[in-house]
Amino acid sequence: MQPPASGRTRAPRRRTLALPLLAVGLLLSIALSLSLGSVPVSPAQLWQIATGGDAGVAGDVVLGLRLPRVLAAAACGGLLALAGALMQVLLRNPLADPYVLGISGGASVGALLAMTAGLAGALFELSAFAGALAAMALVFGLAHGEGGRTPTRLLLTGVIVSAGCGAAVSFMLTVANEQSLRGMLFWLMGDAGVAAPPAAALWALAIGVLVCVPLARDLNLLARGDLTAQTLGVPVLRLRLAIYLIASALTAVAVTTVGAVGFVGLVVPHLMRLALGNDQRLLLPASALAGALLLLLADTAARTVIAPAQLPVGVLTALLGVPVFLFLLHRRQ
Amino acid sequence: MSTAPPLLVARGVSVGIDGRTLCATLDLDIRPGEMLAVIGRNGIGKSTVLSTLAGLRAPLAGALTLDGMPIGSMAPRALARRRALLPQSHEDAFASTVLDTVLVGRHPHIGRWSDDSAHDVQVAFDAMARVSLTGFEARDVRTLSGGERQRVAIAALLAQDAPLCLLDEPVTHLDLDYQMDTLSLFAGMAHDEGRAVVAVLHDLNQVLRFCDRVLLLTGGGEWVCGAVDAVLQPDTLSRAFCHPLRELRDGARRYFVPA
Repeated sequence: MQPPASGRTRAPRRRTLALPLLAVGLLLSIALSLSLGSVPVSPAQLWQIATGGDAGVAGDVVLGLRLPRVLAAAACGGLLALAGALMQVLLRNPLADPYVLGISGGASVGALLAMTAGLAGALFELSAFAGALAAMALVFGLAHGEGGRTPTRLLLTGVIVSAGCGAAVSFMLTVANEQSLRGMLFWLMGDAGVAAPPAAALWALAIGVLVCVPLARDLNLLARGDLTAQTLGVPVLRLRLAIYLIASALTAVAVTTVGAVGFVGLVVPHLMRLALGNDQRLLLPASALAGALLLLLADTAARTVIAPAQLPVGVLTALLGVPVFLFLLHRRQ
Repeated sequence: MSTAPPLLVARGVSVGIDGRTLCATLDLDIRPGEMLAVIGRNGIGKSTVLSTLAGLRAPLAGALTLDGMPIGSMAPRALARRRALLPQSHEDAFASTVLDTVLVGRHPHIGRWSDDSAHDVQVAFDAMARVSLTGFEARDVRTLSGGERQRVAIAALLAQDAPLCLLDEPVTHLDLDYQMDTLSLFAGMAHDEGRAVVAVLHDLNQVLRFCDRVLLLTGGGEWVCGAVDAVLQPDTLSRAFCHPLRELRDGARRYFVPA
C-alpha cells in the first residue's frame, strides 16, 4: 500500500510556523506591556531605551519597574505551562496541572509561615521554596509501592497532601492579623505585583526547556503507557523520576516567584495540544512560549484594567481559564 | 522443528510475583521459524512469564539470553530492535491518529534527533495493510472499536520489525475472521520469514492449528513444554484447565471440546 502523497496526516506547515509565531507574539507582548501603565511610553522611547539611550523618567520606569515584572510574569508563565505539559504526560491525564502533586500547597504553607513570622525578601522566597520542596519530598516518599510510583498513586498522594496544605493555609489565614491578611490573600491568588526578582525563573525556564526537549521523543512513548514505552526501549522508571523532579522544581521556582497562579499550567498545554497535536518535541517548547505569552498578557491586563488599583493576576487567569476550559471539555464530548 | 541457533534461551529460569512462584526452573530454547503457544488457566502467570521472557522483569533465578547475550544487560533500545511485545491492553490517554500510533513501533529504529523517514512511514503503511487497516490512518485511536484498536497494536508490532515477537492474547476482541487472519499472519511470520513467535492463547484448537510447540503452565510453578501433539492430550488438558475435555478427530486434524 502506498502512503498518500502528503506523506503524513499532520499539518506540517502549521507545526513549523508555530514556534516562530509564538516567539514573535511574545516579543510584541513584552513591548506592549513595557509601554502600558500610568506613565505611557511610546514605541520610539522604547526603542531608545532598548538601544541604550537616555529616556529620562520613562527609562527609569521601564527598566526599574516594568521590566522585572514583565520578565517575572513571562518566565513563570513559561515555567507553569511547561511543568503542566510534563505532569500531563507523567500522570497520563490531560486534566493534570503543575499543582496536582501538592507543590503549590507546600509553597503556600511556606510562604504564609514566612509572612506570619514577618519575613520578607530572600528569606520569604526561601521559605516558600522550602515548602514546595517539602511537599514534593512528602508526595514522592509516600507514593512508593508495588509497581513503583504509578500515576494513580502519585495523583492520590498529591491530592491528599494538597488537602492537608489547604487546611494549614486556612488555619494561618484565620489567625493572621489584619495587616498581613491582604498580602497573604494576594500571594495565594498569584500576584506578579510583588514578584521576586526574575533571574531565578528565567534560568529555570532556560534549563527546563534545554533538558526536556531532548527527552521529548521518549515522552511521546511514555504518554502511550509504561509498558508500551518500556517495550520500545524507553528507560521508564528513570524517565518518570526525572520528569517528576524537573516538573516539580520548575513549579516550585514559579510559585516562589509569583505565587500560586492557577490555570496557566492546565489550559496552555491543552490549547497547544488541540492546535498542534501531542508530539512533545513541539508541544513542550510551544507550551513554554504560549504560557509566557498568556501570563504576561494577563498580568498586563491585571495592572491596567482597573488602574490605579491592581488585580492579582491569578484572578484573571482563573477568570479566563475556567470558561476556556469548560468550552474545550464540552466540545470534546 | 527448526535447527537454527536459538534466539532466546532460558536456563533454570524461575518467575514469581508477590512471593508466589509461577514457573520454576524453566528451560526453553526459542528458535527462529517456530511458533510457541503459552497456555494455562487465568491468573496462572502467562503474562508475567511473557514479560520476563521479554526482558522487562528480572527472573527470580536462572539465566536468560537473547542472541547469546544476557537479556538484562542489553541496552533498552538495542533490545527493542530484537524483540517486540504486544501488550494485553492499550492505554489511550491522549488523541492520536492510527498512523502515529503505528509509527510508535518504529521508535527503536529512529535516532533521538531524527524524524520518521519516508521509509518508516512506508513500513507503517505496509503494516496497516497487513491487518486490513488501509484507509484508517487518519482516524483517532480513541474512536476505534476494541477489535480495530487491537489490530492497530498488531500493526505497531509489525512495524517494530523484530525477529522475536511476544504476543499477549493477540486475538482478544477480534472477530473470527480476523482471529484466523491474525494467527495465519503470525504463523507465516514464523514459518516463512524465520521469526520466532510466542503467543499467549486461550483457544486450544487455534493452538493445534497454528503452533509448533506449547508451554503449558499448570500452577504451583509447574510447567510442561513440548511439541503441540505431545502436550495437548485430553488427560493433561483436563487436569490443567480443571474441566474434562474430549478429543474429536476429523481426518488428521484433532479438536478439543469441553465434555
